[in-house]
This record gives sequence, C-alpha cells and structure tokens, in this order.
Amino acid sequence: MGTYFHSVTLDEEKCRGCTNCIKRCPTEAIRVRKSKARIINERCIDCGECIRVCPYHAKKAITDSFDMVNTFKYKVVIPAPSLYGQFKSVFSRNHILTALKMLGFDEVYEVAQAAEIVSKATKKFINKEGQKFPLISSACPAVVRLIQVRFPNLIDNILKFESPMEVAAKIARDKVMKKENLTKDEIGVFFITPCAAKMTSVKAPYERESSSVSGVISIKDVYLGVLNNLMRQKSCEDLIGAGYEGIRWANSGGESLALGTDSFLAVDGIHEVITILEEVENDRLEDVMFIEALACKGGCLGGPLTIENSYVAKTRLKKHIDEAKEKAIASSDHDDENDNIDWTGKVQYKPVLKLDDDIEKAIKKMEILQNIENELPGLDCGACGAPSCRALAEDIVRGNANETDCLFKLRDRVRELAIQMMELEAIMPPVMDKGSGGKGEK
Amino acid sequence: MTEGCLELNYDIPANDFLHAGEASSSVKKMLNQLGVDPDKVKKTAISMYEAEINAVIHADGGAAHIEIWKDKVVIKICDKGPGIPNVELAMQEGYTTAPDHVRDMGFGAGMGLPNMKRYADSLDIDTAVGKGTTVTITVFLK
Ligand SMILES: Nc1ncnc2c1ncn2[C@@H]1O[C@H](COP(=O)(O)OP(=O)(O)OP(=O)(O)O)[C@@H](O)[C@H]1O
Ligand code: SF4
Ligand code: SF4
Ligand SMILES: [Mg+2]
Repeated sequence: MGTYFHSVTLDEEKCRGCTNCIKRCPTEAIRVRKSKARIINERCIDCGECIRVCPYHAKKAITDSFDMVNTFKYKVVIPAPSLYGQFKSVFSRNHILTALKMLGFDEVYEVAQAAEIVSKATKKFINKEGQKFPLISSACPAVVRLIQVRFPNLIDNILKFESPMEVAAKIARDKVMKKENLTKDEIGVFFITPCAAKMTSVKAPYERESSSVSGVISIKDVYLGVLNNLMRQKSCEDLIGAGYEGIRWANSGGESLALGTDSFLAVDGIHEVITILEEVENDRLEDVMFIEALACKGGCLGGPLTIENSYVAKTRLKKHIDEAKEKAIASSDHDDENDNIDWTGKVQYKPVLKLDDDIEKAIKKMEILQNIENELPGLDCGACGAPSCRALAEDIVRGNANETDCLFKLRDRVRELAIQMMELEAIMPPVMDKGSGGKGEK
Repeated sequence: MTEGCLELNYDIPANDFLHAGEASSSVKKMLNQLGVDPDKVKKTAISMYEAEINAVIHADGGAAHIEIWKDKVVIKICDKGPGIPNVELAMQEGYTTAPDHVRDMGFGAGMGLPNMKRYADSLDIDTAVGKGTTVTITVFLK
C-alpha cells in the first residue's frame, strides 16, 4: 500500500461528497467518507471514469509540469496521435507539430510512427502458428490493469509488446544520442498524454523496470500554448514521420485496422470492455484473433485529459488520415523495425478484491458477508458511501464500515432505541408513582 | 449451514436468455474474492455456465445449489424438464436438439456437455425422461 503510484487523485476542496463517482468506478475503488471521496489506491486502474463523471471537477490526474522540460539539456517531445484531433482542420499536421515544438523543444518524434512498428510486429505475431486466440491489445494501460485485478485468466492473452509511447521514446532518445553526441541523461523525452493511465505507465510501469519517458504532460496543459503558436506562426517545418496507419491508432479500431485481418473486435468504454472480457473469459470469443480494448469511449480521442469532444476530434483526425492517404503514406519506413519490442517485465495478478489470504477464513467471511447483504435493503442508494449494498457488506466484513452506515439500518436502530426509551419512560419509579401508590393512606 | 462450507442457492428462470448465466457469473466473482486460483475459477465458471444455460434452454429453468469447501466446489443444477433420453449421445460433440430460434441466438452448437466434461474434475448426470435432470459438477481446488 501507500507506495503504489497512480495518477488519478481527488481535489479535496472541490469534492462535495456526492455519489456520482462511486457508482461509475469499474473496480469499486471509491468510497465517500466524511463527505469526501476516497480512492482505494491499490484498486484504481486510472481509467479516468471518475474524472469524466464528476460534476464538480474534483477528480484530477497528476501529470508533470511543463517546468520539468527545462531541466534537460536537449528536449524531445513525443505527442500521442490524439493531439491532432484537438485543433481545427485548417491546421495541418506539420503546423501542429511545429507549434508544439515551438513551446520549447529541440526535436519532435511522433508516437504514431512508433505505433506502426508495433503494428508490424503484431501482424507478424498473429500469423505465427499455434497462437492462442484471442490476443488482447496492451495499448491501453487501464485495460491491462483491469485485467490484472479482475481477469487474471486473461493475462496470458495480453499482447506483450511495448507501447508505441515506449518505442517512440527509445527511438527518439537513441537518435538524439547519436546525432548530438549526448548522454542518455542529458536528453529529456516528454510524452504528451490524453490520459492519466499513460502517466502511471511511466511512473509505475508494469511491463518493464523503468520507462524511457522522462516526463508526461497532458494535452490539456499544452493546448493553449500550441493554439497560440498556431495562430501566430505562418510557416511550418516538415516534421511528419508517420503515415495514416499510425495516426489512426487514436481512434477505436485504428490499431486493429492495421493488422490486415477481419478477425478483430474493437471495443471502447471501460464498462463495455468489461462485458467483452467476460465473454473472452468464458471462452466465447475464441474465433476472434485480436481484441482492441480501450478504456475511453471513442478510444484515446476520448481520453480524460483531452480538450475536444471525442466525436468532433474524430472528424478532425479523419482529415489528417485522409491527407496522409492522399500522399499515399500508409506507414513510414523504419530501420528500427527489427528491434525487439517484447516486454521485459512480467505482469502479474493483483488479487486486491480477495477477502482473506486463508481460504477457510475467506469462506467464513463470505458467509458473514452474504448474511449482512441479505439484511441490507438492496437499494444500492450509495448514501453509505459505498457503491452498492453488497460493497458495503464487503466493507463491513473487511472491518472498514459499520452496518449503521446504512441509513435504513440506522433508522431501524433509532426506532428500536425510541421504542426502548418510550418503554423506559412508561415505567415510573415507585417514589414518583401517583397513580397506584398511596391508596391506603387516604 | 454446514461447518466450513459456504452454501449458495440460485433460481434459474425459464427461457430468460438475457439473464441466463447470472448465477455462474456471480459464483465466479465470489470465487475470485475467496482467493481461489484463477485457473480453478475458470474451470468452475465455464462448466457451471454450460449447465445453467442447458437448464434454461432445454428444461424451463431450475435451481442451482453450490457448495464451496476449502478444497472443492460442488455445483448441482436441477431441473424438472424433459430429461435426457440418451446421455451418451448427448455427450457427443455437436449433438443438439436445440430448436432453430435458440440456435439463432448463438446457442445449440452441441458443445455444452462436452465442455462440462472437459472443465469439470468430475461430472455426474442424473436424468429421467419426463422427470428432470440433475447435473453435478465438482472442481477440486487443491
Ligand atoms: N438439462 C437438460 N434437459 C434436457 N435435455 C438436455 C439438458 N441438457 C442437455 N440436454 C440435451 O443434450 C443435448 C446436448 O447438450 P449440450 O449442452 O452439449 O448442447 P446444446 O445445449 O444443444 O448446445 P450448446 O451447449 O453448444 O449451446 C441438448 O441439445 C439437449 O437435447
Ligand atoms: S480512475 Fe477509474 S479506477 Fe481509478 S478511482 Fe477513478 S473510476 Fe475508479
Ligand atoms: S483509451 Fe487511450 S486515452 Fe483512454 S485510458 Fe486508454 S490509453 Fe489512455
Ligand atoms: Mg448446452
């Protein structure tokens, strides 16, 4: 506990203790205590649902501040393709990349370009013989973390290739080291992110020892600066590196389309992803080769740290895709293609929902849990601060809540006490009892 | 309640395809919470799912009774349906009597019983024509 870093956090001042977020969280990681939402850290997969749903904007993502850029001698920026969907269609990709670079970077390398390398490796991999299907994309770190806590049986199905972000960071750094004759540590590589999940991937990676990315800045934080530069700048540099196959990754379905097979399923939105993963877990999607599962509705274009509405962004991205298509750039040439992009670390099951390490004790607790749940009203009203009556029952069994946290239970208790008080009140001590006593003294 | 054993009971509603599988899905969740090895959870969940669906499709629903012990899970799915006239035949891959409207919904590949056999550590089918069927699935946890 405690030491586990994850990006999504609460802004105490803004939180009013409503129950919007607790019900949306896919891992039941949020409880309201003392009128403030609390995130149970080990359970959070950084999907960003709570950021999206909070009406008071009290959920935020920790990302790096732009100041960090200046602490490096040589500064490289690697933007996620979802960045391109944030600006009006009059601006070309070269315009956007130039405007981004002008914020204070020495070099730009598109993550979309690295996505193409991952696509090529995936294509090769799925056509290998004896493959176990379906393979599940690891592009969305929130989905990988979801699998770690809720679908341990599917860990083997995860496609264990580096993310385009990691591949891009490594390539970009290697290039600059050679070109500028600099050491590793003199080069800062900054990822422009649409989401909190990617930030967590950099600070607490599950698939490797440490990330090649030096810092993560949100699209939100660079948006105004880029827009300003776009308005001012007339000319632009030729910074484009990726073709349409890479850019398309920002869309749901984009990664799949590059694989050259129809046997894929693309699902977006964390709750829909859960439905599909349950199907996979029950062996009902064995006829599908590849599953692209993205936590955000609309894919990364719908990321919680983007600016533009995902539908609008999709239209805008389409223009960039079409432009690349016109120039007939499907994907760029890569000399790095043969580099190994396998994961070096091992993703493991995180049984955070387990009741007890000892199965006998766990069975006892489950029995008590069932009994408590049966006694609760079953309204799932959320007033106790837990997402459902069952979740409250779980919290009680774990020793983190009381039955009287339930308003209905509390009311019952109060009524009981009231009745007891009435009864007590009706019993008069003999010295004060005027009705029955003193008859004989008349 | 038997000492050291967790008992669960579910109704399996008739012809309710939308909610078919809810019992096995909730048992799966519980086994995960109990810290049962993911592999065993899978074996239990899939074999129970198939038996549950069979009760819905072929037998107008029924009831599920589950016992979870520290070393095994025992699942009994009982129905008062038509029974299975020839169990050996029914066990064959691809054998099905599912009507067209059921097959249109993606069931009726004749793989349910073979799947149960594959995933359960022991499978017992007690059936009588006109009376009903009880399928007992055991998965050992050790
Ligand atoms: N509970 C039951 N009551 C009556 N008949 C049954 C029952 N379970 C199975 N059967 C019979 O056995 C046959 C084979 O069952 P099985 O589960 O293997 O395949 P299915 O249910 O027809 O198709 P699938 O399980 O692949 O969707 C069924 O078609 C049905 O005739
Ligand atoms: S980011 Fe997702 S998993 Fe984490 S608390 Fe918010 S809703 Fe729950
Ligand atoms: S879908 Fe994309 S933006 Fe959303 S959490 Fe996953 S990686 Fe991040
Ligand atoms: Mg069946």
